[in-house]
Formats: sequence, structure tokens, C-alpha cells
Amino acid sequence: MSAAPDHTPTMARMSFGERLAPHAPVLLVVGLMLLGFIAIPATSSWLTLTVSGLAMGMMIFIMASGLTLVFGLMDVINFGHGAFVSVGAFVGVSFLLMLEHMTGASSLMLNLTALMVAIIGAMAATGLMGWAFEKVIVKPVYGHHLKQILVTMGGLIVVEQLIIVLWGPEEIYITRPEALKGAITFAGAALEKYRLVAVAVGIVVFAGMRFVLRRTKIGLIVRAGVENGEMVEALGYRLRLVFVGVFIAGSALAGLGGVLWGLYQEVITAHMGNQTMILVFIVVIIGGLGSVEGCFIGALLVGLMQNYVAFLEPKVALISNIGLMVAILMWRPMGMIPVVKAK
Amino acid sequence: MSDPILKLDGVYTNIAQYHILQGVNLEVPRGQVTMLLGRNGVGKTTTLRSIIGHWRAHNGAILFDGQDITKLPTPAIARLGIGFVPEDMGIFADLTVEENMILAAVSGPINQARLQWLFTVFPALETFWKKEAGTLSGGQKQMLSIARAMIEERLLYLIDEPTKGLAPAIITTMARAVKELKTQGASILLVEQNFAVAKALGDTANVMDDGRMIWSGQMSELATDAALQEQLMGLSVESE
Repeated sequence: MSAAPDHTPTMARMSFGERLAPHAPVLLVVGLMLLGFIAIPATSSWLTLTVSGLAMGMMIFIMASGLTLVFGLMDVINFGHGAFVSVGAFVGVSFLLMLEHMTGASSLMLNLTALMVAIIGAMAATGLMGWAFEKVIVKPVYGHHLKQILVTMGGLIVVEQLIIVLWGPEEIYITRPEALKGAITFAGAALEKYRLVAVAVGIVVFAGMRFVLRRTKIGLIVRAGVENGEMVEALGYRLRLVFVGVFIAGSALAGLGGVLWGLYQEVITAHMGNQTMILVFIVVIIGGLGSVEGCFIGALLVGLMQNYVAFLEPKVALISNIGLMVAILMWRPMGMIPVVKAK
Repeated sequence: MSDPILKLDGVYTNIAQYHILQGVNLEVPRGQVTMLLGRNGVGKTTTLRSIIGHWRAHNGAILFDGQDITKLPTPAIARLGIGFVPEDMGIFADLTVEENMILAAVSGPINQARLQWLFTVFPALETFWKKEAGTLSGGQKQMLSIARAMIEERLLYLIDEPTKGLAPAIITTMARAVKELKTQGASILLVEQNFAVAKALGDTANVMDDGRMIWSGQMSELATDAALQEQLMGLSVESE
């Protein structure tokens, strides 16, 4: 006979809310789109704004993804990240100007080829620059946040001035490749072709990053390193090398973002990278430092919010994203998809 | 003792302004289970962390297999053949059990035969193979942490308090795992607060106090001498 009282253990069913919680960030994007749909009177305007918001979000994501990993992996705050955006834009646009015979042609294939060349050139240049930036500027200040902020900001200023030395102080106006100009009409809504391209590129980058982070060993090292770098080293992996790799990849992605952003704005300046950094930092913070998924969802939220609010109440647009950040941080102080940090 | 696998010779480690280790001498014989004992806060964990290189020894020498590893970076030390199971288990909570194990197999893909053997030692691992490690219970996490160190053959295992806060059944599993490792010829340096476990597993014992080694000898000698235990660790086995 057992002395234990009669007792059948039961598993409490998770409540609907509990099951929903892990998906809340994604639902937030859907919710915002629905909210926009209700608030914006014409469906066609809503569709235009949504595509435009998604395109903007994707571009911000591409620029921000490297920054979030760099912070998560090595606890490095890089205020100079915007430099790579600017340099990427200038190098990419220089390529496009050289390839004018291709961008000016009406063939979509030729246009996209020219764009590809510009993107590869820009990414190679910013990747190389990222390698040097890490070696010269970031490496000496590991573990010192204040010094990181100061010295990377200094690096940003130097790079901006170098752009002015190389390309001159004037802003450069550019036109998009011929086949990417204008819009297509879908369900009565005008959808700019270029924005659709930006959305496609963003999805490809996100899918690619997810694949690398989830399906490859190097990706596992990065994810594990964000969580507990000390343990990754104790297993025998040289985290510093991985970090340099991530820094280079992140810089190259910022360069890609710069090309896309430059063509989106149709004008580039040496300070454009620094200007986008406000949105990039908002996205990195609300996403959860070190989280690529969070960064992606955060970027979409920011892009959509900006476009909806600018249409509905232009004056509020300036503060809408700060408001979004405040609201999200009140809900989840570590960001939407916080990375579990050891210690 | 002839040709120990690991030898610490007068190791001093400071953390910020605190002098934690103050001249630690330690020898870990090959193929044996060496216990590192002592009250809380005497420097046992710091000793392990100094060996793996997470904290730097400021003075003294750490010799592994005859090679001076005092100044080597952590990954290089690990690759010489040292498996480390930290006190906080060091589980990657965001990764699945499978991904944790894939990462632990540093030199290439997981050796399936060895994995099957690990499943017999820790059956829970197979059950939770695809689950995120963060969702495991404390005991399961500890099993994963040790299994991770065991997935590839190592010369030396540094294991920090593997039975802390675990249920007796799981402690038995842990003890069996340590014995299995020893049978395979590995050397083990084990920090343990549970004296019953230490008594059952240890071949040699080293007792620390205040950042120094105050006693080294055979575990059997310490286990049978209650007065010595009282004097070294201030514990009474009878109360256990």
C-alpha cells in the first residue's frame, strides 16, 4: 500500500493567450495591416501604402540585420554602421552610372544585370571596408561600450568625409533603371515596380539568413555565440574569427541596403547612412538585440507604420516610430523576440 | 605521482581586485577521477575556469599533457582534448538538443555509434532530441551539458557540480556517466559538494580553502576519516 494520497497528475491545457504569445510579433504585423485597412478609406490606397511600407521595411531590415548580430555576438555597439550604407550607395551608383547603356535600355534583363553588378560591387567594397573597420576601429575597444560609441562615431565621420573627398560634396541624383521606373496597376492600386523589387530582395535576404542561421554549423555557432559566447569558445570554436566574418557580412548587407535605399530615394548623400540609422536603431531595439527574426518583424512594423501614418496624419509621422518603440518596449522591455542571454 | 595529465603549479588568479586563487597546486592523474572539494567560495570553480582559460592565471603554470597552456586562448585549450561542463551548464537554450550536440561535435559530424551509446547513458536525450534545450528540466539540461562534453572523446573532462539541485535518480545517472567515462580511459576532474557522490566516484581527492589546496591524497583515506573531514571542510558526514 502506498502512503501517498490519491492523486492523478493532470497537465493543464495552455490557455489560448499562452499559445498565442510566441506568435504575437507576427500577429502584430498582420494586426497593423488590418488596422491600416480599417483606417484608410480606399482599398487601393491601402494596397499602395502597404507595398510601400513593406518595401521600406525590407530595406531597413537589410541595413539593420548585420548590426543586430554584431551587437548580439560580441556586445559591440557600432554607431558607424551607417558609413557602410553610404559607401554602398556611392559605389553601387558609380557602377550604375558606368553601366548607363544597360540601365537606359528598356530590357528588364539588362536592367537587372546592371543592378546585380552594382549590388555585387557595393557589397564587395563594403565587405572589405567592414574587415578593415573591425581590425582598426572596433578590435581595440572590445568590452568598452563608451569607447565603442565614441570611436565608431569617429569612424563614421572619417568615412563620410572620405566620400566627400572621392565623390565631391554635392548630392548625386540618379534615375532608376528603365524597366524599374513607374508602376503597375493591380486591383486599382498603383504599385511601384521598384518597391516590388525591394520586397523581393528583402525576402530573399531574410530567407537566406534564416537558412544559414538554422541549417549550417556556422549559423549554429553564431546563434549559440549570441547566447553564450564563453561556452562556444570552451567547445573549441574561435568566436573572434566568426565575429569578424559576421562583421564583414553585416557590412556587406548594409552596403546592399545602401544601394537599394539610394535608388529608392533617387538621391544619395554622404550623410544618408547616418540618417537611416535612427530607423535602424529603432528596429534593432524593438526586435530584440541579437535577434534576426525580431529585426525583420520590427522593420516591417516600422515601414508600415511610417507609411500609414504619413498618409493619415502627416504631422504625426515624425513621432510615430518613436511611439511604436515606446509602446513595444513597455510591452516587452527586451524587445519583441528577446535573445536569451546567459548570465 | 608520475606524469599527471594535468598539473597546476602555484596558480594565482585575480578577478578584478579580488585574489581568488592564491597559489593552487594540483595534479590530476591519468585515467582517474580526481575530486576537487571544499566549502562554497574557496575557489573550486575559479580553478576550473582558470584551466579552460575563461579567467587568466596571473602567476604560476598550468600544464596539460606536458604542454604549458597557461597563456593559450580558450578554444585552443579545448581543442587539445578538454571537455568542460560549467557550473551553470552552459546550455544553448535557443537551440534544440540536436543542435546543441551538433555544435559539441567540434571535429566534424556526430559519430553515430557514440551517439547511440550516449542515448543508453542518457535516455532522456533521445526523447527530447528535437526540443529546444531551454524547455528542458534542470536534470535534463545537466544531462545534455555532460553529454555535450562526451560526444567526442576527450583526454580530460572538467565537470563542475553536476549533481547540484538534482533528484536522487538523476544523480545516479550522472554518477554512472562519470564511471563510463573512466572505463573508457578518460581522466576526470570533478567538483562536487555532495560528499556521498564524491566518496563513491573519487580516486584521489583535493580539498581547497581560501584559494589554496590544503589537502591532497586518496579519496578512501578522506572518506574513512571523519575527523579529517571535519577539519578540512567543516562537515559531518553523519548528518548526510
